Amino acid sequence: MLAWAVLSVFFGALLAPILHRVLGRPAGWLFAALPLGVLVSAAQLVPRLLVEGEAYHVSLPWVPSLGVELAVTLDGLSLVFLALICGIGALIVVYASKYLQSDPRLGRFYAYLLLFVGSMAGLVLADDVIVLFVCWELTSVSSFLLIAWDHERAAARTGALTALLVTGGGGLAMLAGFVLLVLSTGETQISRFAGGAVRDSPLYLPILLLVLAGAFTKSAQMPFSFWLPRAMEAPTPVSAYLHSATMVKAGVYLLARLHPTLGGTREWYLVVTVVGAATMVTGAVLAVTQKDLKRILAYSTVSVLGLLTMLLGIGTRAAISAAVVYLVAHSLYKGALFMTAGTLDHETGTRDVTRLRGLARRMPITATAAVLAAISSAGAPPLLGFLAKELFYEAVLASPSMVAILLVASVLSSALLVVVSVMVAYRPFFGGVPAAPTLPHEAPLSLWLGPSALAASSLVFGLSPQWLGDLPGAAATAILGRPAPLEMKVWHGVTPVLGLSVATLLVGVGLFRVLSGRQERLFDAATRLGAWGPTRVYDAAFAGLLRLAEWQTKRLQTGHLRHYLLVTVLTTVVLVGTPLLRSLPFSLSSSGIELPEIALASVILAAAVMATRSSSRLAVVAALGAIGVSVMLIYVIFSALDLALTQIMVEALTVVIFVLVLHHLPRFVRRSPARVWVPDAIVSVIFGATVTLLILMSSTLYPEPILSEFFVAKGYAEAHGRNIVNVILVDFRAMDTLGEATVLCVAGIGVHALLGTRMRKGA
Amino acid sequence: MPSVILRAATPVLMVLLIIVSIYALLRGHHEPGGGFVGGLLIASAFSLHVLAYDVPSTRRLLRIAPHQLMALGLSIILLSGVIGLVAGGSFLEGLWATVPVPGLGEVAVGTPVLFDVGVYAAVMGMVLMIILMAAEMHS
Repeated sequence: MLAWAVLSVFFGALLAPILHRVLGRPAGWLFAALPLGVLVSAAQLVPRLLVEGEAYHVSLPWVPSLGVELAVTLDGLSLVFLALICGIGALIVVYASKYLQSDPRLGRFYAYLLLFVGSMAGLVLADDVIVLFVCWELTSVSSFLLIAWDHERAAARTGALTALLVTGGGGLAMLAGFVLLVLSTGETQISRFAGGAVRDSPLYLPILLLVLAGAFTKSAQMPFSFWLPRAMEAPTPVSAYLHSATMVKAGVYLLARLHPTLGGTREWYLVVTVVGAATMVTGAVLAVTQKDLKRILAYSTVSVLGLLTMLLGIGTRAAISAAVVYLVAHSLYKGALFMTAGTLDHETGTRDVTRLRGLARRMPITATAAVLAAISSAGAPPLLGFLAKELFYEAVLASPSMVAILLVASVLSSALLVVVSVMVAYRPFFGGVPAAPTLPHEAPLSLWLGPSALAASSLVFGLSPQWLGDLPGAAATAILGRPAPLEMKVWHGVTPVLGLSVATLLVGVGLFRVLSGRQERLFDAATRLGAWGPTRVYDAAFAGLLRLAEWQTKRLQTGHLRHYLLVTVLTTVVLVGTPLLRSLPFSLSSSGIELPEIALASVILAAAVMATRSSSRLAVVAALGAIGVSVMLIYVIFSALDLALTQIMVEALTVVIFVLVLHHLPRFVRRSPARVWVPDAIVSVIFGATVTLLILMSSTLYPEPILSEFFVAKGYAEAHGRNIVNVILVDFRAMDTLGEATVLCVAGIGVHALLGTRMRKGA
Repeated sequence: MPSVILRAATPVLMVLLIIVSIYALLRGHHEPGGGFVGGLLIASAFSLHVLAYDVPSTRRLLRIAPHQLMALGLSIILLSGVIGLVAGGSFLEGLWATVPVPGLGEVAVGTPVLFDVGVYAAVMGMVLMIILMAAEMHS
């Protein structure tokens, strides 16, 4: 049922462009129903999951020869993620239906978005590392398509390519890690991995680092965070969804999912906590230096992703619980903030915070949603963000080591996130006379529904966290691998944690007052500094790759046919000749050569010499024809009638084509000079010798015709054919023939294109 | 201007070549022949027509454009594969049945024959596409 619901999302993606054309605008609501369907089918399993504590699990054989199964599991962790993915996904679809309504390609946008929803749902449900990897890369691909939506802008293309290269590259590292993981456990199913065995394995460190490379690139951890701000070139619904609520959290999900397998060691603690903390601080610092609403939100997302990673690194029960609640809180408020930013952009034409002022009266609903979300984001009561921040401070205070450093980093970045919240929700809506390039009206329902729903849930869950039920506890249990029930209260007395929360808010508001007049200068300074960051390394590496490609293209793809032939022939000689030389000395049997063969060989040789010496094209064609016919006769001698028949037909048709194109070819003005033809002759003699040796060797290596006996024996019995050549072509190797027929047709289209261009040019 | 003898002989030769090509196609599973050679043979029949007459009249005689023949061929190949899949086996699995045909007795038909027909059409289309274009350049 659940699996079918996920599949229906993929089918929806397939049909989206057509349905959108047929149904028009209401199609958006239909597509929004697909993720909701997944949510509903998952909800049916919730009682069994939460009450009886039994994870839902199904698996279908997929690649049985490798032991890979299409295994799906639903436990607390996947349920939390699934709820966020599908719930926010549905809201985003509705939002996008309005945001992009004037785009003629909206149907395709739905297709990409649903493809992404489906792969993300598959990712969090997968219980098999290979299935997880496939979905992981699918999210990278679909996000590439979405970021590059405005593909006519260079920035969008660069952003998409950067995201794909960074997250895709990390994904490949992760695949390598998975392979090692499978090797060391003998299992591909995540739920069957035995943590102890992996942690004691000598492969533990490589596995850990490779898997972390995948998680860190996807979740934009330092130093890979630069792709996330660049990805802000995507349309805002995409940014809101992929880059705050879901895709970037895939890395966090992976860390959580593999926590029982890989977590709890010194290495894990050090690497994950330190990288997370560093990301948290840098993200927050960079966020307050930006002017563009989306970039501010992007960097603050980076900061929170670092925070979540840090908590998973700490790995205590308190830290895991805090991570789960913070994850939910962040998805809710950041989704809402992104959508209100998009609405502002949509209605005013700018996202520059220094140019937007006092719009609350003109857009009351949007403003309310933004303010609520921002309060949650700042970690102020009574919203869910406040509860998350309390749990977060509690976990940091109780972390096993580095308490002081982690605490300072946490308070600093949280205070900066308060600044961010004020910047994105106070600045544009309040203070002074309304100012914007075009003064807006309140956005229509489809634009404010999403942010309002998310902001309202932040409020509801903040006031009565019991409405979240046992969900966070179940997720924490799944991450830890042991029961971790969770009690949340808005008010839990005057504690050091509450003091930290109050201090954070005060410092944050103070910082905002200090920074608010200096936005431009901060932005310039950050831009200058940012040019020296990891972006520089990436850009340099990318430019180097392009130069390498250019260089080898110039060397190898010269556009001269004889040069291509030379390269191909020499490569073949080296590749084939090296193993041949290594098997020296070998014995060659020259027995059994008879007179007709010698005669035909002599004709071939004579014709070959003539083809190289003649000064008339017609004579060359005739000589080549003589070679072809002689080869055909050799096939006849060895009773390969099929080959002979084909050969003679090809020869005949080649002559026809030659005759038709002959007078288009330039005349032989002069023969190649010796410095050209002598090296060519040497290369061709070496090539001929190599092929001759190879053929002689193959007959000595396999004295008994194993394959042909097999086909003779099976041909009639299994494929009902006595002509084994045909049986092989249409039955035993039918897939190859299908491929070859396709290649043939593609080659035909290529010829058509080439000749067609020539003809249009009037050549 | 092609010779009168060629023009006179072409219709007869074409009929012969087409019959031979179909014969080669159908006997291919048991004797030398098959879709590839059959496709080349029928392509040569139409090439003869190009040499004896001109491209527009050959295109008229052919009725179907070469690129459509290629597409048709690939589609038939895929269809022959999908039949095996739908029948509960795997893609491209060969299925056989014997059908009574008046005058010939029991005739074995199977998806591999259909596969060969697809190859036949694809090869014919590919060769004719090149030859017709080359001939158009020529004229």
